[in-house]
Amino acid sequence: MKLELRSVTKRFGAFTANDSVDLVVEPGTVHCLLGENGAGKSTLMNVIYGLYEPTEGHILLDGQEKRFAGPGEAMRAGIGMVHQHFMLVPVFTVAENVALGAESTRGTSLDLEQTRRRIREISDRYGFRVDPDAVVEDLPVGVQQRVEIIKALVRDAEILILDEPTAVLTPGETDELLAIMAQLRDDGKSLLFISHKLREVCAVSDEITVIRRGKVVGTVAPTAATTELASMMVGHDVNLTVDKEAPQYGDNTFSVRDLSLVSDTGVTVLDGIDLDVRGGEIVAIAGVQGNGQTEFTETVMGLHPKATGRIVLDGEDLLGMTTKKIIDSGVGFVPEDRTVDGLVGAFSIEENLVLNQFDTKQFSAGPSLRRGAIRSNARKKAAAFDIRMNSVSDHVATLSGGNQQKVVVARELSRPLKLLVASQPTRGVDVGSIEFIHERIVAERDAGTPVVIVSTELDEVYALADRIAVFHHGRLMGIVGPDVPREMLGQMMAGATAEELQANAPQPAVQNTTEGEPA
Amino acid sequence: MSSSESQQPVAPPVDGAGAASEGAAAAPVTPPWASGPEKPSLAYRFTSSPLVLSVAALIAALVVGGLLIVFTDQRVLTRMNYFFNRPSDTFEAAWKAASSAYVALFEGAIFDPHGEDWTQRIYPLTETLTIATPLIFAGLGVAISFRSGLFNIGAQGQIILGAIVAGYIGFSWHLPVAIHLILVIVGGMLGGAVWGGLVGLLKAKTGAHEVILCIMLNYVALNLVLYVLTTPGFQREGSTNPISPQIDRSAQLPRLFGDSFRLHWGFVLAILAVLLVSWMINRSTVGFRLRAVGSNPEASKTAGINVTAGYIVVMVMAGGLSGMAGVSQISGTEKVLTGDVAASFGFDAITVALLGRSKPWGTFWAGLLYGAFRAGGVAMQTNTGTNINIVLVVQSLIVLFIAAPPLVRAIFRLPDPSKTGRDKKARKASAPKAGAAQ
Repeated sequence: MKLELRSVTKRFGAFTANDSVDLVVEPGTVHCLLGENGAGKSTLMNVIYGLYEPTEGHILLDGQEKRFAGPGEAMRAGIGMVHQHFMLVPVFTVAENVALGAESTRGTSLDLEQTRRRIREISDRYGFRVDPDAVVEDLPVGVQQRVEIIKALVRDAEILILDEPTAVLTPGETDELLAIMAQLRDDGKSLLFISHKLREVCAVSDEITVIRRGKVVGTVAPTAATTELASMMVGHDVNLTVDKEAPQYGDNTFSVRDLSLVSDTGVTVLDGIDLDVRGGEIVAIAGVQGNGQTEFTETVMGLHPKATGRIVLDGEDLLGMTTKKIIDSGVGFVPEDRTVDGLVGAFSIEENLVLNQFDTKQFSAGPSLRRGAIRSNARKKAAAFDIRMNSVSDHVATLSGGNQQKVVVARELSRPLKLLVASQPTRGVDVGSIEFIHERIVAERDAGTPVVIVSTELDEVYALADRIAVFHHGRLMGIVGPDVPREMLGQMMAGATAEELQANAPQPAVQNTTEGEPA
Repeated sequence: MSSSESQQPVAPPVDGAGAASEGAAAAPVTPPWASGPEKPSLAYRFTSSPLVLSVAALIAALVVGGLLIVFTDQRVLTRMNYFFNRPSDTFEAAWKAASSAYVALFEGAIFDPHGEDWTQRIYPLTETLTIATPLIFAGLGVAISFRSGLFNIGAQGQIILGAIVAGYIGFSWHLPVAIHLILVIVGGMLGGAVWGGLVGLLKAKTGAHEVILCIMLNYVALNLVLYVLTTPGFQREGSTNPISPQIDRSAQLPRLFGDSFRLHWGFVLAILAVLLVSWMINRSTVGFRLRAVGSNPEASKTAGINVTAGYIVVMVMAGGLSGMAGVSQISGTEKVLTGDVAASFGFDAITVALLGRSKPWGTFWAGLLYGAFRAGGVAMQTNTGTNINIVLVVQSLIVLFIAAPPLVRAIFRLPDPSKTGRDKKARKASAPKAGAAQ
């Protein structure tokens, strides 16, 4: 089925989210919609899926104009959507979830047999390996996503919209998904794929449409250079590497000795971690998600009081201190998940900017908040960190992801720090903001602060690190230089120690294979 | 490790709250998510204001309540028997039934024009304020716990404990004027604070759910007051009735406008409490902590705020406010301790706090509204013979309509200010249009 958008415009009040967008998805192709956070991708998808009515313009299916009053009609017309956040009932089985909304019944009882059969059919055909009777909450995220795809296919979708489908997947699952997408395309389905991860976009798409501020910037072939795509997205040439000088070490140190943590369920999540970070250098912790990095940063922040070992910052043992004391002693922390740990969504931007400093002398007098100081602080930070907003008194939840992250970073970086711990500092952040946040982190390091970065993105690790520490199953596999080859890093992330790898490789890895090129 | 091949330092988009952000393109100067109509028309601003919404809710409730009054009125029903012969009779009776009931409600709650002198005419309003006083105190207590994420439904128990302590100090200690009253107030607040703090403490230390703790402590308090009233220390000399001696005059809150009105200084204290709580929530560090814990405990913890200590603090404060409701009952209105001293104020306080959207001044006005219903409901029953249950039904309907803005918006076709421009919600906003297109 061919999907065609002709000058589709969607306005919300005075704001134009989509400005006369033209888009053609040919049958049997994967068409990627590429754009920054807030560029209007999701709005456009919701217009196609019937969640929004376009203000102007037409949607054509196989040359026929269509108007959808809701997702139900879009579904009947053959459009299926896989949302970024799954629309599944966790306690239902796969079959029940798939049947939901279109249950076939026998008398008053539910007839799931037919649904089961369809699921098996589709599952076999595309190699989904999904058991119709498995309970959804027990399934890994990647499989849950396949259930979403099955849901669309069972309803005979010819056009599949995938909204940032890889955001929640591990690298392995991403590759599987890309393979499934290719298979669906070969089967004649049309796929509209939304992403801002350039690698996968180039890997799977037949055509790429770049959208910026609601307008189509251009449609390019996947052979285009990624730097070109990135600059199309953000509208200027992006500096994909971070310019930084060699580290100027200070005397101050952050050192971790024999740090261990056993979780409440008895699992050892940190196992004898030893790590030293000197003032003026960035140590990046690399590793696959869930190998103890999160717990490491949380332990440093005093959020796991049961941890054992020593965490010494400038001669002071942080372990055993309350989070409050640790923050007050000059530790800046950018948590991994800003919406859960970093921000209070219902609070205003100005309040979030003082979330861990509201009771300092600067922002309070006795029991009373100094609202004037809080407001002027917010204005200054918003300007310095380029937080794009309407008013500092708006709820922080109204900001785009990148701007929310800038609020967290602004809060943590704008006071004198003795240590900066930043976990996934640029997750879910658009390219322009990534560049900005990276520059800020490097500036903090150049000011002589020891910096610990946790990232699952190797590009980020290479871009920032002066040294790289690799975690695997709660253990430190070794600390290597920033010029270590990606393959070696990959092996360490899979559980090999640095010593083993060096012993196996007779010549030291002097050849700088990665750092010179635009990583 | 496939991501090692990725070409760009582009992090995966884990975009929780950013769901609303997609449509909001990052225009540099005028950010679009702030949009709404560019210059909202006067009509739009008027119809989307919360005040209009509240008035509309009131009208809707009065209409539905009026219908109920009409259909339960005996005179109307008799005339309906010959409706088709003389329909005007039915309508006339219906109008009379409904309007006289509402007039009685108004006259019982605010102003009685039939009063012989000014005192009698204004008396209903002072009654409303008297009844509202404990509701405002307890409502504030419930509201602050709501703001910090605790569903505190233990105001009833906290009021009773406040009343027990205040009452005991009031009738068994004999002290000079000012000191006695102050001790009664402090004691009552402490009684409530202990009862509330107990909930906070148990939740903080053991993780027990505050709703269950509150319910059970309500029962304990209720039966505790019934028990202490059987002990000699709380009974009148030579009597076995479950009623305490009257508290000393030195322990009473002075009447505000002389002895013709029951209204006492407790109402002024309640206004002070509203001001204080308003400052506390919005402008103090304690309130900042409390609101942060209420809206995102995880982020609060990460920001170094002690969440469990916050629970205790807020429950102590909430209990203290409810304790003040007990004080105002003992020391201002009732002057004796009985098993029924808290009436249903503790439960009504939950509604009051909800109606007031957990905001101090909202709670204040909701308390007044509820007080008016209480005062006017009596007059509605005695003057027009409207069944007291119908009175309660009408009250509940008004609360229901006020508490369900979308329902009222739908009835009166008012616009929803929160649904313009925000793409997350625009979906619903566009629904009526889409429906019309069908």
